[in-house]
Amino acid sequence: MSEKQSRKQITRRRLLQVLGLTAGGASLTAAANKLTDENTRRTIVDTLGGLFQNHFSRLSPDEVGETLARMERKYKEKYKQDVRVEATSALPNTLFGYALNLSRCRGYRDCVSACVEENNQSRDSEIQYIRVLEIPDGTMNLEHADHYYAGEVPKPDHFYLPVQCQQCENPPCVKACPVEATWQEPDGIVVIDYDWCIGCRYCQAACPYWARKFNWNEPVIPAESLNTQTHYLSNRPREKGVMEKCTFCLHRVRKQQLPACQEACPTGARVFGNLLDPDSEIRYILANKKVFRLKEDLNTEPKFWYYAD
Amino acid sequence: MSGIQFIKDCTKEAFQGSRRYWLWLSCLIAVCLVGAIAYWNQFTNGLIVTGMSDQVSWGIYIANFTFLVGLAAAAVMLVIPAYIFHNQAARSVVLLAEGVAVAACLMCMLFVTVDLGQPLRFWHMIPFVGRLNWPQSMLAWDVVVLSGYLFLNITIPWYITYHRYMGKKPDIRVYFPAILIAIFWAISIHTVTAFLFIGNPGRPFWNTALLGPRFIASAFTAGPAFMVLAFRVIDRETDFKVNTSVQKLLALITAVALQINLFMVGTELFTEFYAPTEHSASAQFLFFGADGQNALVPWIWGALFIEIVAVVILMVHKLRENSNLLAIACVLAIVGIWIEKGMGLIIPGFTPTPLGEVFGYLPTMTESLVSFGIWAFGILVFTILAKVTIKIETDRLKYKSSELA
Repeated sequence: MSEKQSRKQITRRRLLQVLGLTAGGASLTAAANKLTDENTRRTIVDTLGGLFQNHFSRLSPDEVGETLARMERKYKEKYKQDVRVEATSALPNTLFGYALNLSRCRGYRDCVSACVEENNQSRDSEIQYIRVLEIPDGTMNLEHADHYYAGEVPKPDHFYLPVQCQQCENPPCVKACPVEATWQEPDGIVVIDYDWCIGCRYCQAACPYWARKFNWNEPVIPAESLNTQTHYLSNRPREKGVMEKCTFCLHRVRKQQLPACQEACPTGARVFGNLLDPDSEIRYILANKKVFRLKEDLNTEPKFWYYAD
Repeated sequence: MSGIQFIKDCTKEAFQGSRRYWLWLSCLIAVCLVGAIAYWNQFTNGLIVTGMSDQVSWGIYIANFTFLVGLAAAAVMLVIPAYIFHNQAARSVVLLAEGVAVAACLMCMLFVTVDLGQPLRFWHMIPFVGRLNWPQSMLAWDVVVLSGYLFLNITIPWYITYHRYMGKKPDIRVYFPAILIAIFWAISIHTVTAFLFIGNPGRPFWNTALLGPRFIASAFTAGPAFMVLAFRVIDRETDFKVNTSVQKLLALITAVALQINLFMVGTELFTEFYAPTEHSASAQFLFFGADGQNALVPWIWGALFIEIVAVVILMVHKLRENSNLLAIACVLAIVGIWIEKGMGLIIPGFTPTPLGEVFGYLPTMTESLVSFGIWAFGILVFTILAKVTIKIETDRLKYKSSELA
C-alpha cells in the first residue's frame, strides 16, 4: 500500500471517530460480546460488520482476512455448505483480452449456461452475462437481431454474435459510478465491490454494451448447484439491489485457468489470453486476422475483438 | 436562546390552524403513509416490485426526479427580480418561491433514494466517510449540487425570516453574496442533471447538447406555472394577498419559456425525422412505437398538444389575463412538461437497448403509490413552510409577542 493510500486511510479513520461511527460500532460490538450465546454474538457482530464494511481497496490485509471469513460464515449459514471466498490479486504483466471467431459461433449458447453455473447467477431472475444475438446475414444493425431465438441452430442465412462485458480500457461504467464501487483491476478486468454498490444503476445506463445486470430481487441459487470456489470480486453469491457483470471469470483466469465460456464452447470460437504475452494465441489473432470491435466510435477501447475466417 | 424560541414558535405555528388546514394536512399525511407502506414492500422484496428491468433500468422515479430538479431551479425566476432588480412584488413572495425549492429538493432526494437498490448504503456517498466519485461521476456532481442548493434555500430564508421575527433588519452584506451564489447554483443544478444524461454516448437519445438548454427552458416553464397555481391557492385560502403583478410576471415567464421549449422540441424533431439515422430509433419508438411497444405514443402526442394549447392561451394577452384560463394553461404546461421531460425522456433513452432490444416498461402500483407519497410529502413541506413564512412576513409571528403570550 502506498504512503498516500495509508494516509488517506488514517484520515478516514479519524473522521469516522469524530462522527462517532467507530465509537458507536465499538460499543455495540462490546455490548454484543457480553451476550453469553456465542451464535447470537457472532450474528450481531457479523451483521454490524456487513453494514459498516469499508470499500474493498481501503481494507488492510487483516481486514480483508476478517471480511472473507465473515462472508464464508454467511454463505455457510445460507447454503449449508463450505464456500471458499478468495481475494487473489492480479498477476504481474497480465492484461486479459478476448477474441471471438464469428465464423465458428453457431449459436448453441453453451457459453451462456456455463457462465451462469460458474458465476453463481440467480437462477430465479435468470441473470445472464452473455447475450447471443441472432442476426440476419448482410447487416450489423443490432436492432435486426433476435435476442430470444429458439429452435434448431444455426439457422440458414443468419450469424450469431455473443456479447458480454467488453472489459473496456476506457470504461464508461467506472466513470459513472457515484461511489467508486466499480473499477478496473491492474489486469484490465472491470470489477464490482458488491458490498459497496448502492444500486443506483447509473453504470447500467452508461454501458454501451448492455453488459451490466441488476439483482432486482434476492438471488436464488439452489444449494446443490452452487459453485463453492469463489472470489470476492467475481462469483461469490450476491444479494439483492446490487449490480453484477462478467469478470472474464477472474477467479479462474488468475489461476491460469480458462474462462468458463471458452471451456464450454464446443466449436472453439473463443480465444482468451494475455495481451502482454507476445506468444499468446490472442496476440496471433490480433496480428493475423481482420479483427473489429463493437461500437469503436464510442472510444471505449474494448478488450474484446471479433473476427471471421 | 432566541433561536430556539424561533424554532418553537415556527413549529407551533405550523401545527395550528383552521379545520380546513388540518383536513388538508391529514390528507397529505395519509397519502405519505400509503407511499411509505408501498415503499416497505419495495424495500423488503427488492426493486422487482417495480416495472423496471435490465432493459429499462430507470423509470418513473428518475422521471419525477428530473422534473423536480427543474421545479427546484425555477425558484430563481423570482429570486432574480426580487433581489437583483428590486421588484417589490417579486420580493413579497420570494420566500414562498424558496419554499417551493426546498420542497422540490427534498422530493428529488427522496426519488433518488427510493430508486436505490441498497438505500442503507447511502453513507457511501458522503465524502471521506464514504467514497464519492467526484469529479468523475455526474451523479456525484448531482449529489453535491442538490445538497448545496437545499442548504442555500434553507439558510437564506432562515436568515431573513429570523431577522424579521426578531424585529431586526437583515444585513444585505450577509445575504446578498449568498443570493448571488444561489442564482448560479440554481442554473447549475439543472445543467448538472442534464449532463447526467448527456454524458452517456451509449444512449444516443440523451447524447445531445440541446438537452441542457431544453432542461432550463422546460424548468422555467413548469416552475413558474407551478408557482402561479400555488399563489392562487394561497391567495384564496389565506389572508395573504398575492400581488397581481406577481402572477403577471410569472405568466409572462411561463409564456416565453414554453415558446423556447417548443422551438427546441421542434429542432429535435427535425434532426430525428428529416434524415433519420440508426440513432433515431428511440425517437421513432417514442412518437410512433416500435416492435408493438407503443405505450408512450399517446402520452407524448398528448403532451405536445396540451403544451401548444397552453402556449396559445399564454401568448394571447386577453386569454392570459383571465385568471381561470391562466390557471388552466399552467396546469396544461406542467402536465405537458412532466410527460415530455419525465417519462418521455427517460424511457426512450433505454429503448431500444444498446443491443437493439425493444422492451416495455409500465410503472407498477407500488411505484405509483411511492411516487404519490413523495409528492404528498413535498406538498406537505411546502404547505408548512408557506404557512409559517406568511405569518412571519405579515409580522404576526414575532419574538416579543411570543414572550408576552
